[in-house]
Amino acid sequence: MSAVAQAPGPARFCLVLLRRQLTLAVRRPIEIGNPLLFFAMVVALFPLGLGPAPDQLAGFAPGILWIIALLSNLLTSDTVFRSDFEDGSLEQLLLAPQPLFLSVLAYIGAHWLLTGLLLALVSPVFALMLNLSAPAVGVLVASLLLGTAVLSLVGGIGAALTVGLKRGGMLISLLILPFYMPVLIFGSAAVRNAVLGIPATPYLAIIAAMLCLAIALAPLAIAAGLRISVDA
Amino acid sequence: MWSFFHKLGSPPWLYRIAGTILRWLLPVTIVALCVGVTWGLLYTAPDFRQGNSYRIIYIHVPAAAVALAGYYVMAIAGAVSLIWKMKMADVAMKSCAPIGAALTFIALVTGSIWGKPTWGTWWVWDARITSMLILLFLYLGVVALYEAYDNKEAAGKACAVLTLVGMVNIPIIYKSVDWWYSLHQPASIKMTGDTTIDPSMLYPLLLMIASFYALFTCCLLMNMRAEILEREARTGWVKKLALGYRS
Amino acid sequence: MYFDSLSAALSMDGHGPYVWSAYAICLVVVALILLAPRRRRRNILRRLSAEQKRQQHGQIPGNEGK
Repeated sequence: MSAVAQAPGPARFCLVLLRRQLTLAVRRPIEIGNPLLFFAMVVALFPLGLGPAPDQLAGFAPGILWIIALLSNLLTSDTVFRSDFEDGSLEQLLLAPQPLFLSVLAYIGAHWLLTGLLLALVSPVFALMLNLSAPAVGVLVASLLLGTAVLSLVGGIGAALTVGLKRGGMLISLLILPFYMPVLIFGSAAVRNAVLGIPATPYLAIIAAMLCLAIALAPLAIAAGLRISVDA
Repeated sequence: MWSFFHKLGSPPWLYRIAGTILRWLLPVTIVALCVGVTWGLLYTAPDFRQGNSYRIIYIHVPAAAVALAGYYVMAIAGAVSLIWKMKMADVAMKSCAPIGAALTFIALVTGSIWGKPTWGTWWVWDARITSMLILLFLYLGVVALYEAYDNKEAAGKACAVLTLVGMVNIPIIYKSVDWWYSLHQPASIKMTGDTTIDPSMLYPLLLMIASFYALFTCCLLMNMRAEILEREARTGWVKKLALGYRS
Repeated sequence: MYFDSLSAALSMDGHGPYVWSAYAICLVVVALILLAPRRRRRNILRRLSAEQKRQQHGQIPGNEGK
């Protein structure tokens, strides 16, 4: 009885989870740096593959930057629940009295802070390397901030469904890449509009609407997926 | 009404009734397909702009329509199996995926072949083709997820969640792909309003669409029968059935 | 019949190869999705009936105890 009375409320529990995830990540800074390094390396691949002509690169830059952000998000989303699944703490989380919906949001929030937010913050550097025009850089950061949050939520669904599988790595990309496509379409369209000098806010608003929908629905699917994976 | 629902959940009943339906539906389907194909290929006049290449429409459009409808059938079956924990809904969902993937594949390949004489290239990144390609990925994702799980009960649940996520996402994907490719042909067949297609071409097309729906139903029932046997292999009624089966 | 002869129907004013190959591919895929479940069901039944016959005749020692 007293244990129940002392159990932290849902909001507090979420903050504790978020802090735990961030602390665990900070202990291994290399893991935080990996997606950023991946971003930098793939950016370097494109001039090698497409040729160094500056205006040509600038034309492709919105799409290139968005695709790389999407891929680095995809590669990290596999790990969101894996270590907790392996050491059994995920099972404890499912048994906890706090609603799973919010705890799952805390996990995804931590993932977004560590990948999406950092990617958005460093993206201006790479945008300049690809000769993206200056007004478009701001839109790129804004679209990445909103878009990577959607990607993290959708990626979480794939991660939850495949966390119990030994060979989940490749499978998760097959499952969730189709769901990434709308975000890619509107994200790169926003940046392209900014390059052309057309207002990009309608596209940003659509991505924000997708984010609202994803926050409302994705945790349900993630929670269901985690229960299936833990039971299996 | 509830007793029907309960019967639907009973494997031997479903196995038997599916067999009965197939006994007349399968011949009807095959005859209808043959009639539709002959009618479309040999007895209609060519389109005045596209010439004879338009005859591919009689397999392309039905395959595409049924492939899309098949995803919704799969998602509804998935929802039923998640909500009411009905094993047979799970069987239906699992059986939809390969058929849907095959029909999507037909739609893509025939569309691509049609594109060569019409547009001069095998592949155009237009909104509908791209959406069909994404639909194929969605189907294959479900198949891949099901095969990856060793525990088939968990596999069914995981696929059900995935198809529901897909059902929420399909309208978003379609709308965004449309947006991305805002210049695209208006839909030429509408159930309401005036059609832009001549009746002599429309009737074989409608026949082909109906027979593709029947084909989907036949394949679904056949797949379900095989799946039921596989899952119920240790029960008495399947053993009895196998005993009567002459190998 | 719209076409005058078989060769006209086969060539379809130059579009024949496209149309006929599309229909051929469609036929192959449809045949596959119709025959695969039939084969699978028959294989399961055959396997089960063979298993039962083995058990009845007691050809596999140790299986009777079960």
